[in-house]
Amino acid sequence: MTATRTTAPSTTRTTAPVIAATGLRKSYGDKLVLDGIDLSVPQGTVFSLLGPNGAGKTTVVKILSSLVSADAGTVRVAGHDLAADPQAVRAAIGVTGQFSAVDGLITGEENMLLMADLHHLSRREGRRITAELLDRFDLKDAAKKPAATYSGGMKRRLDIAMTLVGGPRIIFLDEPTTGLDPRSRHTMWGIIRELVSGGVTVFLTTQYLEEADQLADRIAVLSDGRIAAEGSADELKRLVPGGHIRLRFTDPSAYRSAAVALREATFPRTAHPARAGGSLDDEALALQIPSDGSQRELRSLLDWLDSAGIEADELTVHTPDLDDVFFALTGGGAVPHQAEEATR
Amino acid sequence: MSSLSLAVRDANTMLRRNLLHARRYPSLTLNLLLTPIVLLLLFVYIFGDVMSAGMGGGHADRSAYLAYLVPGILMMTIGGTVVGAAVSVSTDMAEGIVARFRTMAIHRGSVIIGHVVGSVLQSVASVVLVGAVAVAIGFRSTDATALEWLAALGLVALVALALTWIAVGMGMVSPNAEAASNNALPLIVLPLISSAFVPLDAMPGWFRPIAEYQPFTPAIETLRGLLLGSEIGNNGWLALGWCVGLSVLGYLWTKAVFNRDPK
Repeated sequence: MTATRTTAPSTTRTTAPVIAATGLRKSYGDKLVLDGIDLSVPQGTVFSLLGPNGAGKTTVVKILSSLVSADAGTVRVAGHDLAADPQAVRAAIGVTGQFSAVDGLITGEENMLLMADLHHLSRREGRRITAELLDRFDLKDAAKKPAATYSGGMKRRLDIAMTLVGGPRIIFLDEPTTGLDPRSRHTMWGIIRELVSGGVTVFLTTQYLEEADQLADRIAVLSDGRIAAEGSADELKRLVPGGHIRLRFTDPSAYRSAAVALREATFPRTAHPARAGGSLDDEALALQIPSDGSQRELRSLLDWLDSAGIEADELTVHTPDLDDVFFALTGGGAVPHQAEEATR
Repeated sequence: MSSLSLAVRDANTMLRRNLLHARRYPSLTLNLLLTPIVLLLLFVYIFGDVMSAGMGGGHADRSAYLAYLVPGILMMTIGGTVVGAAVSVSTDMAEGIVARFRTMAIHRGSVIIGHVVGSVLQSVASVVLVGAVAVAIGFRSTDATALEWLAALGLVALVALALTWIAVGMGMVSPNAEAASNNALPLIVLPLISSAFVPLDAMPGWFRPIAEYQPFTPAIETLRGLLLGSEIGNNGWLALGWCVGLSVLGYLWTKAVFNRDPK
């Protein structure tokens, strides 16, 4: 395994993983989509698979949820071997795919009752759960309308409500908020948090860093069919340089003289050689100076600015965020080996 | 519950879903019904005199031609109705809902069984409807015994089953509704070139084998015999053979495509 991997925090839960995959490989024709994926998700946590479009996130979900078979590797979900007993795995999971898995021709309520019938619930139990979930997901008013007429957010809510009919303890959500407006996205996040607080394990894919940061206990960054890095959001942020102070000018001549002064300056601490001496953004009239954001470093920078007679119109401190991690690990179509170099 | 009763229960759920679709959106089925009814009226009222004179050796008897025509039109109705199955299967397979079904602990084939049984029921209902139109314009089958009536109904159901399996297979390999209705075109064209409109011996010699060696002709001749008392001969066995063969072929085809990993 060549991927960069941080060790699990010492607070690791003692329960065995409810989703465990080793050495997953999958090709579609000549195209290698997954090139040896190992995953382990403890019970009651949110695991987020983060990656750009085409990284193979959906393929991972399809394999783990028994929709397609892997070319190689083993998967255990809820204690069952996926290859040996897919029906036992299916009985334990709920899946909400990337494209809404609702029957558009029938109403929201009929969709729910269809799920209840397929879970072999009694008629009364099916009606009870349907009413409860439609109410919980704010779909009561639209219950008698065909699902095809629903908005994107409503379809996604119905989709998740249908997934919950059987009371699954493990839920796969493939890009649950892609294409949703900000309000619907926050509603969805609330739903996911609620599920987790009820002890459900959530396996989530997303291309939004904020989403992974907000929801996930652990994040794996998938790039070109490999796990480029894995850890908590904080652990991942520590992997890459990204903290800096940004000085912005409105007067081009002030910007130029500051840039000259910066080029000649030597800082006592240049934590990240790649960015030593800072960098320029001529168009925005902005300078970036590497910094860990500590008070000590900030003060020494301010002292230097004063002594050099530089007065910026705006000073902002940037701490590294998942964006930095993401771009460092997946940037520019770089192969994982190069991404790995960048993180060392 | 045993696995068989679970399978029956899931298939029944899927059948209800299928019939709900048909009830909610009857336009597809009604459109497909229009063709055989229009052809029936066209051939009886517009071409009727010429057709019956041609068959009756110059003597025009429209009711005789109507009697000849109806069994063919009924079989054609089945061919047309099952096109709807091809269309709805291909639409369904492209929807996320089927991916959901595949990740649920249900009987795997139940969604297909729902389509097949739903399509057979719709076909039989369509045949009854078109048959009612035929009776309304003067078709009578008073000589047939109750047993022959029952056999006719069984034949209709069997042909519907066979053609449905083929249509479902066509729907499975079609990426969208348009492709499905194009791929299912033979089911509409074959009855046109069978013995539905004119007897085989009235056709040009080079064409006769095309009309003779295809599933619709023996099925139509058998139905004609059951309803009107004409000679059935080998056609009963031939029709049965075609039905069994097409059913098995369509079943295996559908199963192979369905068990393939979805994209």
